[in-house]
Amino acid sequence: MSGNKLNRRGLLKSGAVLGAGLAMPTIFTSSARAFTNEPTGSNVVLGFNVPQTGAYADEGADQLRAYQLAVEHLNGEGDGGMLNTFTSKVLDGTGILGKRVDYVTGDTQTKSDAARASAQSMIQKDGAVMISGGSSSGVAIAVQGLCQEAGVIFMAGLTHSNDTTGKDRKRNGFRHFFNTEMSGRSMAPILEANYGTDRKAYHLTADYTWGWSQEGSMKTYTEAMGWETVAAVRTPLGATDYSQYLTPVLNSGADVLILNHYGRDMVNSLTQAVQFGMRGREVNGKPLEIVVPLYSELMAQGAGENVRGIFGSANWDWKLQDDGTKAFVKSFGEKYGTPPSQAAHTGYVQALLYADAVQRAGSFNPCAVVEALEGYEFDGLGDGPTLYRAEDHQCIKQCLVVRGKENPTDQYDLLEIVEIVPAERAGYPVDHPDFQGGDLGACNPGA
Amino acid sequence: MDAILLQIVNGLDKGSAYAMIALGLTLIFGTLGVVNFAHGALFMVGAFCAVVMDRILRLSTVSVDPTRTDFLGNPLKVETPYVQTWFGDFGATLINYSVPLSILLAIPVMIVVGLAMERGLIKHFYKRPHADQILVTFGLAIVMQEIIKAIFGANPIPQPAPDALRGALDIGLWLGFEANQVIYPIWRFVYFIFAVVLIGGVILLLNYTTFGMVVRAGMADRETVGLLGIDIDKRFTAMFGLAAIVTGLAGVMYAPIVSPDYHMGMDFLVLCFVVVVVGGMGSIPGAVAAGFVLGILQSFSAMNEVKAIIPGIDQIIIYLVAVVILLTRPRGLMGRKGVME
Repeated sequence: MSGNKLNRRGLLKSGAVLGAGLAMPTIFTSSARAFTNEPTGSNVVLGFNVPQTGAYADEGADQLRAYQLAVEHLNGEGDGGMLNTFTSKVLDGTGILGKRVDYVTGDTQTKSDAARASAQSMIQKDGAVMISGGSSSGVAIAVQGLCQEAGVIFMAGLTHSNDTTGKDRKRNGFRHFFNTEMSGRSMAPILEANYGTDRKAYHLTADYTWGWSQEGSMKTYTEAMGWETVAAVRTPLGATDYSQYLTPVLNSGADVLILNHYGRDMVNSLTQAVQFGMRGREVNGKPLEIVVPLYSELMAQGAGENVRGIFGSANWDWKLQDDGTKAFVKSFGEKYGTPPSQAAHTGYVQALLYADAVQRAGSFNPCAVVEALEGYEFDGLGDGPTLYRAEDHQCIKQCLVVRGKENPTDQYDLLEIVEIVPAERAGYPVDHPDFQGGDLGACNPGA
Repeated sequence: MDAILLQIVNGLDKGSAYAMIALGLTLIFGTLGVVNFAHGALFMVGAFCAVVMDRILRLSTVSVDPTRTDFLGNPLKVETPYVQTWFGDFGATLINYSVPLSILLAIPVMIVVGLAMERGLIKHFYKRPHADQILVTFGLAIVMQEIIKAIFGANPIPQPAPDALRGALDIGLWLGFEANQVIYPIWRFVYFIFAVVLIGGVILLLNYTTFGMVVRAGMADRETVGLLGIDIDKRFTAMFGLAAIVTGLAGVMYAPIVSPDYHMGMDFLVLCFVVVVVGGMGSIPGAVAAGFVLGILQSFSAMNEVKAIIPGIDQIIIYLVAVVILLTRPRGLMGRKGVME
């Protein structure tokens, strides 16, 4: 009967088994819900949310090509691209934390609601642990907010409004692309050197978050160097004929026209301004000049020869001569036959930076990734020494002042680099008044 | 004064486009009774005829220039257009004048597209309610623009005017103003003249030819004309083709003003419907007059002095005018009795 007697050892054993059994679901549950979309298999899914239809579809397609290239390089395929020049060496072509990288894509349509819906679908249905993309600040800000709520990381693509890392900043969101403040800072000395301090500026501005931000920054820096702002006129986003907005410029006494337009708006407004004989027209004893604060290579192709001689700024250009740029252009060019755009570059870099942060953190947990990216300094990705600033999640790095080339050799050789503005000059203090009113808040790992 | 004059001339080219598109819409509505929401797509197809003509003229032989390199450091591939190889300087001139030359391509293309649209789809909806016609033609417009996007991409494709017509005219000097006060691009002036000639031609055709008289008679009383043994359907189909040509040519010549992209038809469509409604459904002179008037009004409303009084007026002026006209003259400025009442 002794066999049936419950002794102390037996009680402890039974209790341990029973306890483990009871705890099992909790262990599984807590493990499965450590954070949103924790990868449990041999793969990890990234979500690339770019405009695949609508006016920015070509730019979105270029970004998508870059994301696909980044995934190839992360999985050890191709020539490795910028993995070979990146100062961090933790990525070795075996995926991320040993998991093969898969990706899903969404179509933002350059509409905030569509972009949020596609991001949500990629997070909920496809299990994406990170979302990257955008070709509009309105879209990027909307998706960044969604990712914060959902508990995944958002690595912003092309978004240039101050607000993305200003009043709308989020702990789960990171921006590699420069912003309108950095454009204004970088361009001001060049504009002063070329056009002097006695100028009257007329702004035409796309009427949405990016346009307002760009206009504000350009006003700040041009007025600081003595320029007078004659007028700042808002134009509807997506307008085609700008003639009714351009003709008042002729009688305004302005001798500089600043086109705070991007994409198709820029193509149309610039082309029509040139048609109206504005470039070089004598006003106040000086030639009237046009400035396009944010250039896009794809749209410069659309504007054709009208961009010649016109100053603007850019985040990056394929003609830079650093090792990272050369490696990326070679990889991208050999695979797709064209040089990459700056939209493609920022997407590629963001994908690599995310993977690197996970690898360094040793976890896909968004809060670990946030910690790994905040205050992270790196180089070798085409932008010189760069800091992912902890306080606002903005990359502080070099940016470019460019000018439409007078004698391009081919359709890709439209912009020439006038100056590589170093991070010390392009960057701005974290307490800059144009970036106030936002709060990163706490990191959200999701469930 | 110079600012006002500038806005008047500026409204002319926009008004020209509105007038030509609205004229085509009115021809189709007046003859076939169809509310054609695919009409903007015809404007877009016309503009892409200019793109296609440019690409045809630029078909090239490719040779390698070992002295220069491309972005990857490979020897640069240099393209020389066939027309330049064959005809030398004359070939270069042909490329330079590709936009006006596109008219030759656009006319047959627009006839084919117009007739295919009418015979293939729209004729099946003649006896259906206007709501059905609007839905099916709007769907057709989306299909057409997606096809164009699939072929040509989403980015605008620049189509410069010929070198000789690229500058700007200082029309202020002619009128006694100081130099550089009233400047107007030459090509927009060309566009206005083109619109006047084209619209005049259509009006002459309708008023002074037997074909035109039969069509007008058919518009007034289709049944009676049919009873006279005249195949009015065939003539109305021809009018659909004519409307497609007018709208297509408006698009071809507009290509240097706004670089063609797949969405440009939609940008004009709604405005042109308002133009037709303001002018009066079915009225050809009404559509033309309303096109020019609304174009000029839109220009005026964008003046800073006007916007200082009523902010945002430039965005709503056309719709505001439409509301006022419809409240005071429900048939529009020159609407026909019994049409859409």
